[in-house]
Amino acid sequence: MSSDVREVKGSQSVAATEKKADALSAEKGKRDASTGGNVKMVPVPSDSIVPERDANKSPVLECRHLGIDFGGLRAVDDFNMMIGRTEIAGLIGPNGAGKTTAFNLLTKVYNPTRGTVLIDGVDTAGMDISKVSKAGIARTFQNIRLFNSLTVEENVRIGLHNQIKCGMWSGMFRLPRHWASEKEFHNKSLELLDVFHMAGNANEVAGSLPYGAQRRLEIVRALATNPKLLLLDEPAAGMNPSETAELMETIVRIRDEFQIAILLIEHDMDLVMGICEGIAVLNFGKIIAKGTPKEIQSDQQVIEAYLGKQDDAKDGE
Amino acid sequence: MERIKNLNKTTRSNIITFAIVIVAFVVMQALIAAHAVSHSIIGLLVPICAYVCMSISLNLVVGISGELSLGHAGFMSVGAFSGLVVASYLNASINSVPLCLFVSIVVAGIFAAIAGFLVGLPVMRLRGDYLAIVTLAFGEIIKNLLNNLYVGMDAKGLHFSMKSAQALGMDGGKILIEGPKGAVGIPQLSSFVAGFILILFTLIVVLNLVNSRTGRAIMAVRDNRIAAESVGINVTKYRLIAFVVSAALAGMAGALYAMNFSSIAPKKFDFNTSILVLVFVVLGGMGNIRGGMIAAAVLTVLPEQLRFIGDYRMLIYSVVLIGVMIVTNNPKIQRVLGDFKERFRRRGNGAAQEVDSLEGGASDE
Repeated sequence: MSSDVREVKGSQSVAATEKKADALSAEKGKRDASTGGNVKMVPVPSDSIVPERDANKSPVLECRHLGIDFGGLRAVDDFNMMIGRTEIAGLIGPNGAGKTTAFNLLTKVYNPTRGTVLIDGVDTAGMDISKVSKAGIARTFQNIRLFNSLTVEENVRIGLHNQIKCGMWSGMFRLPRHWASEKEFHNKSLELLDVFHMAGNANEVAGSLPYGAQRRLEIVRALATNPKLLLLDEPAAGMNPSETAELMETIVRIRDEFQIAILLIEHDMDLVMGICEGIAVLNFGKIIAKGTPKEIQSDQQVIEAYLGKQDDAKDGE
Repeated sequence: MERIKNLNKTTRSNIITFAIVIVAFVVMQALIAAHAVSHSIIGLLVPICAYVCMSISLNLVVGISGELSLGHAGFMSVGAFSGLVVASYLNASINSVPLCLFVSIVVAGIFAAIAGFLVGLPVMRLRGDYLAIVTLAFGEIIKNLLNNLYVGMDAKGLHFSMKSAQALGMDGGKILIEGPKGAVGIPQLSSFVAGFILILFTLIVVLNLVNSRTGRAIMAVRDNRIAAESVGINVTKYRLIAFVVSAALAGMAGALYAMNFSSIAPKKFDFNTSILVLVFVVLGGMGNIRGGMIAAAVLTVLPEQLRFIGDYRMLIYSVVLIGVMIVTNNPKIQRVLGDFKERFRRRGNGAAQEVDSLEGGASDE
């Protein structure tokens, strides 16, 4: 209710400022009609950062004042973020900071209490989870969510659901469209599984795969939806150092091959500092720092969030 | 044998399922021709076929889509009554029994699908136990609606009423459905061959659907709803597809069932029938289409074959049911059976392959 009111107010004020602006420009036009075309336009300062190579492309994701309350708890508040076309971004923070909640807001698992999410310039207000997927966000889950009773290949085929179409009737009565699409499904899913060298496991049941392989399969399934932005929720959890190193390579390779943006939540700092270009640090639901790995490592607030205040520690002792 | 081994696991399993149905049909036909079956069994053939179809169709909802539906008999009755009205109407003008039966079964399927869609719209907002209870309620609602349905046919065509037989305003003619008394004088068009064809049709629809893009989406929703949504699957749509297809197939089975008898009342399709069909599915293993079919056939024949023990018939039936459920779910017994299979497999190459193909089919469902 209150948000509705705010929206109405907002639109009114926008209309009002537009009117003012119109009047102003009209006045200006009268005053110096000759110099009107010569005013230099400059980029507006912004608190958002993207890699230099993505600077003149529209960002794939933009969040403005995103927030959600659970009862009296402000789980995420004033979450602002911009992710470039081909950026590998990291979202870190202590346990319970609201990282996964932020992911759930971006994918509409939770409906935000405040704020907007723009995927490639399109507002996600009113979308549900499946529409967000169609709009271009794919994700993996902290607690793995595979289709456990189905095979590895079937999992990827389900990921390809919206990429290859085949109606119910064609499937039910085995019309030519069915066979053509099944062939496409098969080839594409094996191709995708090859990204992680998993084509050999195609016929295994997903639920019986080892933990690391399940995590990788989840990434493949997410990739199958042909996303613009891939959200990875702790992709390296439960992996040993050599697996993690391999995963880092693969993440970079995915970005290069598919030319997509990746946002990942991770506690493994070697991974985050190793591959992330921009990092945002979340604490108590708020972003406390944004920057390159170097900037984050030396940021006083981040160090405090992770290790506590030095003065406090001394006082305590 | 070599070629069968090379086939995809699911394809192989499906071929075995079809083979079982065809072999069972051929053997029954041969036995009937040789006068080796009793009259009571011959009378049961069409109901068996109808219940096998019901079991397959409910398996689509319970096993494949993962929703517990307790109102499946409702859709069966919608199909039964719409089918027999169409059959009575057409019987006068169409001479060919197969054509008349075909048309009425198709119409029955369409009506049941509409009922399934109308029930499915509110039901698909729910999940788990709540969904089960609401389907139960809708099953009862359908039964009570049919209890108040009066249909008559005279020279002017069909008359419908929800009040009484008098309210039909008939000019001579014949009353087809008379409220709680149900339908009398049904044209008995069903036959074992028709039942066999309907089973094949139901199997084709369900097995093909399961192994297609649509079926994968349905199973994805069952396995993990959030993950299915997150890859862009419209959850409600696919749950509804499974529900409506299943209702349509149940309606077809209902029409086949009704046209085997000379009269049938709505109370035949009550909660008990829904539970009976659910028992077939659970006993055969949820999602295991073949198992459900076999369970349906055995549990339809069993009470009739136990008639000789008189009053204790249903007691023995229940004991057998409980026994089978416990035995098949006992891990110790399962392990013993597994060891037995393993030993069997190691023996010789030729024999092993045969066992393998059978086992492979059974275990992947």
